[in-house]
Amino acid sequence: MKQFLSFIRKEFYHIFRDTRTILILLVMPILQIILFGFAVTNEVRNANVAVLDLSKDVATTRMIAQFQASEYFTVNQVRSPAEIDAIFKRGKANLSMIFGSEFADNLLHTGDFSVQLLADATDPNQATTLVNYASNILAGGLSNEVATKISGGSVSPQIVIRPQVQMLYNPQMKGAYNFVPGVMGLILMLICAMMTSISIVREKETGTMGVLLASPIKPLYIILAKMTPYFALSIVNLITILLLSVFVLGVPVAGNLLLLVSVSLIFILTALALGLLISNVVDTQVAAMLISGLALMMPTMLLSGLIFPIESMPAILQWISCVLPVRWFIEAVRKVMIQGVDVAFVLKEIGILSGMAVVLMVVSLKKFKIRLQ
Amino acid sequence: MIRFLIEKEFKQIIRHSFLPKLIFAFPVLMLLVMPWAANQEVKNIRLSVVDSDYSTESQRMLHKIIASGYFMLTDISTSHPQAIQSIEAGEADIILEIPNGFARDMAKTGFTDVLISANAVNGMKAGLGSSYLASILTDYAQELSIEKGGSVSSLQPAVKFLFNPHLDYKVFMIPALMVMLLTMLCGFLPALNIVGEKESGTIEQLNVTPIKKLTFILAKLLPYWVIGFIVLTISFGIAALLYHLFPGGSAATWQVASLLTIYLYAGIYLLVVSGLGLLISNYSATMQQAMFVMFFFVMILILMCGLFTPISSMPDWAQAITAINPLTYFMQVMRAVYLKGSSMSELLPQLFALLGFAIVFNVGAVLSYRKTN
Repeated sequence: MKQFLSFIRKEFYHIFRDTRTILILLVMPILQIILFGFAVTNEVRNANVAVLDLSKDVATTRMIAQFQASEYFTVNQVRSPAEIDAIFKRGKANLSMIFGSEFADNLLHTGDFSVQLLADATDPNQATTLVNYASNILAGGLSNEVATKISGGSVSPQIVIRPQVQMLYNPQMKGAYNFVPGVMGLILMLICAMMTSISIVREKETGTMGVLLASPIKPLYIILAKMTPYFALSIVNLITILLLSVFVLGVPVAGNLLLLVSVSLIFILTALALGLLISNVVDTQVAAMLISGLALMMPTMLLSGLIFPIESMPAILQWISCVLPVRWFIEAVRKVMIQGVDVAFVLKEIGILSGMAVVLMVVSLKKFKIRLQ
Repeated sequence: MIRFLIEKEFKQIIRHSFLPKLIFAFPVLMLLVMPWAANQEVKNIRLSVVDSDYSTESQRMLHKIIASGYFMLTDISTSHPQAIQSIEAGEADIILEIPNGFARDMAKTGFTDVLISANAVNGMKAGLGSSYLASILTDYAQELSIEKGGSVSSLQPAVKFLFNPHLDYKVFMIPALMVMLLTMLCGFLPALNIVGEKESGTIEQLNVTPIKKLTFILAKLLPYWVIGFIVLTISFGIAALLYHLFPGGSAATWQVASLLTIYLYAGIYLLVVSGLGLLISNYSATMQQAMFVMFFFVMILILMCGLFTPISSMPDWAQAITAINPLTYFMQVMRAVYLKGSSMSELLPQLFALLGFAIVFNVGAVLSYRKTN
């Protein structure tokens, strides 16, 4: 036991002596939470609209004023259609609105008015959202114009279905609710899997692994001692992330905290086992970094549902995502932390994660070579 | 002198067991898989319906919703709590509740309410999903009005989506993925290069030669510049063959000028990222450290460049950060040229910004390279 403790102390020294890395490891989660929480958002605000008003009458002036008043849009007036094209190509506007000539007159008398929305659809989601918002403002403005001018016109039977929309769990539709669980998965994966694999391989590369293996301590304890500091670091980061998300981002822990922590612990073990497995198959630090970077970090960012919804992917990628432990972790955390569901609803995720943890642990410990070539 | 140094660098890369494979396999893999994964398109929204009215009208509405193709009916629940359960179990994304008296109210007053509850953990999905649903309901209401002999005053603007008329998310992501590819390959490899020589001790041999600092950095830079062009050309090929995406739009509107513009900007951008990589490499003592510092910067740069979420949605302080991020400018150039066919005269600010970054980072790399400790 005493030997084991001194091994753990050695590993802590290794980490703490590299101040730059430890600083990054501690600052990274804070920065990611702040960036994802405040900066990485799809909420529309102050989108630039280029308005071409060929009519310049009361109706169009009133409607443009409504756009100006809206927090979603910033209005730029332009004078010719050619100008709109140039503005789009420079990327200075996302939407443009063209009012045809004699707008108010046509709207009230012939009904043959023309208002056109042109959206820069290079970003399809933003374009759709902007068009939705702009159409709503326009529709409201148009019906006001018609209503104020025509009184006592023919009333025809109209049917209106009014949807009452309710946003569950995240009424303000903040991006942070979606990203916090993902950031947790990303950080834990980075520290547990990537760092562990690199630090074990470094001992192989510098030749000190031979010294360790020749010492009277059991190989299993060497591995456990390697994992302990990273386990501790993960716990520190987990606490930082949770505190930040509750107190800075205002994302509450809606469910059971104990359940959340247990799910995270299972995931940390899985990630540590993955790191160990990688260190078994490679011999150089560069290879360890590239494998953990390409085979772990890239899929974690792109296939785990962190940024991109899994349901939108083709079936084959959805199957691949099922193999990633981080996918199940993120799903479980979203359910427990954001939706606040009972343990019964996350049994599937917990079961899969535990299964993966056990299998990976057994395989990587079995494959650990106690003799060097 | 510099010729031999460059020859050495190329030989080291070509003889490496892993790097040449990586340079060819990474772009292919990335562009084959990632456009499908990096997809924020909202489709296949899983719908749970509570139909308390069960009338001909409500059933017809359901058929219309399913026929739209955006929604998949997962279950018909008998009550609101039951529908909430299917959201909590992760089986449904959105609930449509049709209250008892839906058809009766519609016949009597013309007004009728329905309740939409969306799982807003992913705010964007909930927002777009519920607005799709609402617009289908509006269509249905108009259809009913016309059947009843009413006239529909269509106070809707004409909408046109430019540059990406099919609202294809892949088209939006492919130029961005090319930027990511160049950043990762030509940023990380130089970052590991000089520090690798430090770790293996070969840097001492270079330090005792009369090589000038500038020559040394240039020789380190050039191979990655060439690699960058190879990677970019492979990417162009894949985008054209697989996704029928050409610089300046489609195969028909393809322009040599657009292609040359991209190569020019890419040439400068490669100097920027490789310079950053070398700068970090100079300041690092171990490969692990270099890797982490680089990872740290690249992560921030990628999140803050408008790749995933629009810059205009960010708060002001975050927009200020994007202004000092080289990726922002290159991302804008790639998307503008690829999708909108913008020409160089429209992208002059980006040109100057990238040139500035290239000079700063590379002068920094030359100055920070020290031959003595």
